[in-house]
Amino acid sequence: MKESTITQEIIAAHNLTREEYEQVVAILGREPTYTELGIFSVMWSEHCSYKSSKVHLQTLPTSGPAVLQGPGENAGVVDLGDGLAAVFKVESHNHPSFIEPYQGAATGVGGIIRDIFTMGARPIALLDSLRFGPLADARNRYLMGGVVAGISGYGNAVGVPTVGGEVCFAECYSGNPLVNVLCLGIAPVDKLFYGRAGGIGNPVFYVGAKTGRDGIHGATMASETFDEKSEERRPTVQVGDPFREKLLIEACLELMRTDALVGIQDMGAAGLTCSSCEMASRGGTGVEIDVRLVPRREEGMTPYEVMLSESQERMLLVAREGAERIVQKIFARYDLDAVVVGRVTADGLMRVRDGKRVMAEIPVKGLVADAPVYRRPAVRPAWQDEVQRLDLHQIPLPRECGEVLLRLLASPTIACKATVWERYDHMLFLNTVVGPGADAVVLRLKGTERGIALAMDGNGRYVFLDPCVGGMIAVAEAARNVVTSGAEPVAITNCLNFGDPTRPEIMWQFAEAVRGMAEACRALRTPVTGGNVSFYNETMGQAIFPTPIVGMLGILAHIDHATTPGWKGAGDVVVLLGQTREELGGSEYLKVYHGLIQGRPPTIDLDLERRVQQCCLEAIRAGLVRSAHDCSDGGLAVALAESCISEPERHIGVEVNLSETGRPDALLFGEGQSRILFSLREADLGRLEAIALRHAVPITILGRTGGSRFLCTGRTFTMDLPVAALDQAWRGSLPTLLRQG
Amino acid sequence: MRFGIIVFPGSNCELDCQWVVERVLGQQADLIWHKEKDLKDYDCLILPGGFAHGDYLRTGAIARFSPVMKAVERHAEDGGLILGICNGFQVLCEAGLLPGALLRNTSLAFICRHVHVRVENTATPFTTACRPGQVLRVPINHNEGRYYVDPETLRQLNEKGQVILRYATTGGEITDGANPNGSLDNIAGVCNEGRNVLGLMPHPERAAEALLGSTSGLLLFESIVRSGRTASPMSR
Repeated sequence: MKESTITQEIIAAHNLTREEYEQVVAILGREPTYTELGIFSVMWSEHCSYKSSKVHLQTLPTSGPAVLQGPGENAGVVDLGDGLAAVFKVESHNHPSFIEPYQGAATGVGGIIRDIFTMGARPIALLDSLRFGPLADARNRYLMGGVVAGISGYGNAVGVPTVGGEVCFAECYSGNPLVNVLCLGIAPVDKLFYGRAGGIGNPVFYVGAKTGRDGIHGATMASETFDEKSEERRPTVQVGDPFREKLLIEACLELMRTDALVGIQDMGAAGLTCSSCEMASRGGTGVEIDVRLVPRREEGMTPYEVMLSESQERMLLVAREGAERIVQKIFARYDLDAVVVGRVTADGLMRVRDGKRVMAEIPVKGLVADAPVYRRPAVRPAWQDEVQRLDLHQIPLPRECGEVLLRLLASPTIACKATVWERYDHMLFLNTVVGPGADAVVLRLKGTERGIALAMDGNGRYVFLDPCVGGMIAVAEAARNVVTSGAEPVAITNCLNFGDPTRPEIMWQFAEAVRGMAEACRALRTPVTGGNVSFYNETMGQAIFPTPIVGMLGILAHIDHATTPGWKGAGDVVVLLGQTREELGGSEYLKVYHGLIQGRPPTIDLDLERRVQQCCLEAIRAGLVRSAHDCSDGGLAVALAESCISEPERHIGVEVNLSETGRPDALLFGEGQSRILFSLREADLGRLEAIALRHAVPITILGRTGGSRFLCTGRTFTMDLPVAALDQAWRGSLPTLLRQG
Repeated sequence: MRFGIIVFPGSNCELDCQWVVERVLGQQADLIWHKEKDLKDYDCLILPGGFAHGDYLRTGAIARFSPVMKAVERHAEDGGLILGICNGFQVLCEAGLLPGALLRNTSLAFICRHVHVRVENTATPFTTACRPGQVLRVPINHNEGRYYVDPETLRQLNEKGQVILRYATTGGEITDGANPNGSLDNIAGVCNEGRNVLGLMPHPERAAEALLGSTSGLLLFESIVRSGRTASPMSR
């Protein structure tokens, strides 16, 4: 087979700059072959190399007492005690989901699941953070419908429950939806596996589905912005087969119980290329692969295509020499291919052969360690001051606060998402103690009395208005969500969705957001264990809101600490932890009611945040708290309303009086941080006050639960609504919006 | 009592069924890979939920040809108990061990949520622990759960007391609003004429612990264990 000669056009089509190409030639000491050019192009793509983000990511705290594995492996690992470890990571599949929503989302789910079981963990939970444009647009409804169906279709059939997540809406996601998927697995601490190729001469196995032409250059596609021709990219989106992945999970976990396995890694982005050279890089070895031995489902594939295919449900593993039969026997039981395609070598080279012919011979170090790293220029955008400017005197007060509340409850970002998560199996494995719809998901940890809490959060609007503060809030709010569920925040995984990093203002947003996140992670003692960066989220030059998504993992000392937002009975006292300031910048209220995306996001004092969280946890552990809910989107009024209606079979009203002075809309709908809404028995109030005093956390008694009305009064306003009306606005909104057209 | 749980490639509720049988009920439960051809000494077989063989072609359509199914049929003929949950129900229908078929939900969407079902017949080995007309709160989790059967068979099912569970309101009324998937006559579970094979779309194993929100599914498992105590397994 004759390979194409390298021309300027071919280099450009591979997304390599002139300088990068010169570096390739320097590493090789000669011009690359066509296959080698393809390999460099995917390994040095933004998606695989993190070349624009690396210098910033290095500033994030990554170690802590519970962290067993930080960034750099397939997923992060946290110690859960009792010999168990949590393996978790979030990853984006934004670009493929825009081009082909069903398969894009489905293969996003499949990919992150492989990252988890490759470490020896059984995947037990998925969460997804989704962003779409407004549902008035038919195309956005199509994208959302496809993404939700893809997550449902793949996740349910692969047998990993989708236990939670979030869905938000804003105009900027119309041309570029976000699909971030988090997977959690549980592994024995002493049986973790790593993506390392060790033991010179050991066999390299290809296992799982056969290779086709799908997904070639998927990683490169994910490293470009979109234009009107993006639809033509449909062939670069892979097609998923959840059934095969289910078999792959079971076969790999079974193999991991033997002593045959040395190292293992999934073939995700950049397929066989990335998995083989990353394994060799981590192992400090070389690797040799004969593409002729790779199982294929299409005829006439070139070595280039085999190396770059992103066909799904495939793994690369290194077994102990002499243990080949063990591997083959296990995979045969599941009717999966398991073929020795190469060997671990001592020469530090990635050598690709096609039978006897050598198609590529590249130093592994050149592909991974010596990949380009850029400190790209970062400049604060000229418009930043303009969007931050907000004069509250110019904002008219709403005539009827009750009407505002109903509109906020019906706003799709706030509204009940049951119509989405009822399409996901969220109960499999019998762990889901608190399911989707609460502040965080709570799972029991079988074999212990403890539990795990997981939350995903990230308010792109705040980050747009002030990237540093927005980054802090993303971490703080995710931690708060875990705390209100009864868990101690332990560690995060993050997915950083931004625009084109070669634009200085995008790079500034990125650098600032990471700075804010790093500061919050340090203050709240929640190190980063890994994650993913997704740049180039732009269509026709229009970038999304910078949207860092935080996936927070917490541990409940006892599963009985699990706490939910809904009131538990009539006659309980309603209390607010923290302090309400007169803040409206960046709020959902300003956007929904006044059509403004304006001002500075709420201020955050990380020291107060930590004290509020500690106070909340202590009160929950003392058994004082009947319900707990984070005050976030829509402010205190929405938090109160949600507590009345969040449990469909138990609606309970509330009567509160807010005595503060100041604008009623700021008081009710402002999104001031570090605030938690509690309900508790009156008899326990004294004990709560003592705990709050010890943590120097202000608390305010707001009122009492009970009845069937939502009654909220203040100095200048009264809201009096039947709870059923709140429920109708909140629960009915999304199904109606999705049905239109 | 010995339970055997059949594991098809693509099954995914086998570990949950094993958990409930062993940890909650204190009975024995073995996992049986679908390539097994010999099933001896089991009192009750469970066909768990999931996506057997990927549910490609049609739910349960490939699974009925799995090597283990011959032995499952013999177990049924010998009067042994078989419980088919969700995908297991679909497989039993395809295999002809239960009448009817499960079509796509009328909403054309997968549904996972708690529903209520009313116990229509307590005189079966699966329901003796229930009160007549008792309403159980159990989750459903399926895309193809709309039970359908021809009118003549439906008449016979009703006549012979083979409809075991119907979707109902919390108060036990059989209404369209309480029917989540469009099942004929709100049917959620049926048994064979010999009453030793039960198929149901709801997942009783997901409603077996208070921590997870409901314990009413446990009644079905307790009934099975109770029937094992009264009947001598050797007499079959």
